[in-house]
This record gives sequence, C-alpha cells and structure tokens, in this order.
Amino acid sequence: MTHLEIQNCEDALRVLAEHLDQELDEHLDRQLLEHLDSCRSCYSRSEFDRRLKAQVKDLGREPVPGTVVDRVHELLREFALPPIV
Amino acid sequence: MTEVATATRTTADHAWFSEQVESTLPELYGAAARLCRSRADAEDLVAESLTKAWQGLPSLRRREAFRCWVLQIVANTYFSQYRRARTGPEIDNVGADAADFSLFERLHQPILLWWGNPEQEFLNGLLREDLQRALDQLPAQYRTVVVLVDIQEMRYRDVADCLEIPVGTVRSRLARGRGLLQQHLWQHALQAGLRPDGTDEGETP
Repeated sequence: MTHLEIQNCEDALRVLAEHLDQELDEHLDRQLLEHLDSCRSCYSRSEFDRRLKAQVKDLGREPVPGTVVDRVHELLREFALPPIV
Repeated sequence: MTEVATATRTTADHAWFSEQVESTLPELYGAAARLCRSRADAEDLVAESLTKAWQGLPSLRRREAFRCWVLQIVANTYFSQYRRARTGPEIDNVGADAADFSLFERLHQPILLWWGNPEQEFLNGLLREDLQRALDQLPAQYRTVVVLVDIQEMRYRDVADCLEIPVGTVRSRLARGRGLLQQHLWQHALQAGLRPDGTDEGETP
C-alpha cells in the first residue's frame, strides 16, 4: 500500500477503512486527511463510517453477568489448589 | 483436570494470572458474547478458555502479551468448537461481492427524499439490538475479525497472529464482514419502511 498516492475520491475510499482502523502509514494518512479536508463527500462518508464503527465497538461493552464473575472466581480458586508449588 | 506442567506454576504465577483475568474479563466476556451470540455459550467459552490459559501459562513467554494471547485462546477455542459442530462447506467465499457495499452510498442519494441528512438520521435512529443482530448474522470467520478489530481494537497484524491467517486475509474478511453487516442494516431499514425511491412515505407493512 505504501506506493499508492491519493489523487481522487476512489483512491481515498480505498484506504478509508485502514485510516479509521489506524493502520495507514503516516505518508498516506496525511494525504488522506488533506483529501478529506477538501472533499465534502468523502468527509461525510468518513464520518459515517467512523460513527458506525464506534457503534459496533459499543456492542462489546456489555456488563459481565454475575454468574460469569462467580464462575471465574471459582475457577481461579480451583487453579490455586495443589499441586501448585 | 490435567496436571500437565503444574510444577512450573507458582503461587506468584497464580496471583499474577488472577490479576490479569480480573482486568481483562470484561473484554474477554464481550468478545465471547459477540462470538457465541448467547450468554450461556459465552460463559462456557470464557471458562474453557481460562482453563486452557492457566494450563498453558508456562508457554506464555512475554507476559505483556497476555491480553492478545488469551483473546487468541478464546478465538481458537470458539473456532474448534465451531468446526466440530458444523457440517457443510467453509464460507470463506461468501460475501466477496459485499466487500464494496457502502450503506453511506445507499443513504446518501439525492433521490432519497428524507430529512436534511439521511445518513446522520439513520445512525441516530440505529438501535443497538438491530446492530447486534446484524453483527450476529455474519458468518463466523468474518464476525471474528470484525469483533477483534472493531470491538477489541486489535491491530491487523495481531489479529493475523491470533487467528494464524495472513494479514491480507484479515483485510479481505474485514471488508466482507463490514460490507455484509451494512447490507443487513440496509435490508432491515428497507423492511422497516425506508423508501429508497423517494416515493410516498407510506405505512410500515
């Protein structure tokens, strides 16, 4: 990916996901940010994808049920039993 | 329970392990819940993974890698159960055409006569349960990568190491998984009454 240059919207959209995942190298990332600064359409797409990604991330924030906490504590106690040294 | 390698674990190891488990449990459970899609299965997956992790602790060379290592055990344990339970072909070719699907592109059409900003409105109205259902519907290979990157915020390289697949495969599964997820959301929106042709709003069927 390092040999790419961002010259148009198609180039920008191709690397957008990696930008949002913070996987782009610095050079391309800077070019993409410049493009997003000047292109309303790509900027809107970027903001949409960013918000959707954040909402997916929130799905992982689920309270750990008490039954799971209890079971894990019980397991940890079992692990501590001999033949530990 | 097996007693393999117990001699190489000390009470100090146990204290350290317990501390690590306490601090990573919300993440482990969150990942397990989204992989298994059921609370009971997620609980079993967490318990089985932690048992394997404790048994395998002597093989963990870099202790700062605990989080990735234990998430790898969760993902691998899930996959080995999944492989045992499942018959039929692998689905790695599913969704190849979905990789380029963009919900934004569908919503952001001049023809879509909605409010001023249909894509913002869509996200504002997107329910957690609908998004969760869309994620849960993804084929396991894709769901796993989306869960590890978007929920666990793991680097592509770490996901590749965790799942023992090339980074290129991580990228393609991620693109397909996200594309399919957005397709599910789009179809759900259409079923719920969104009119992409801009015709009369109508009642929800």
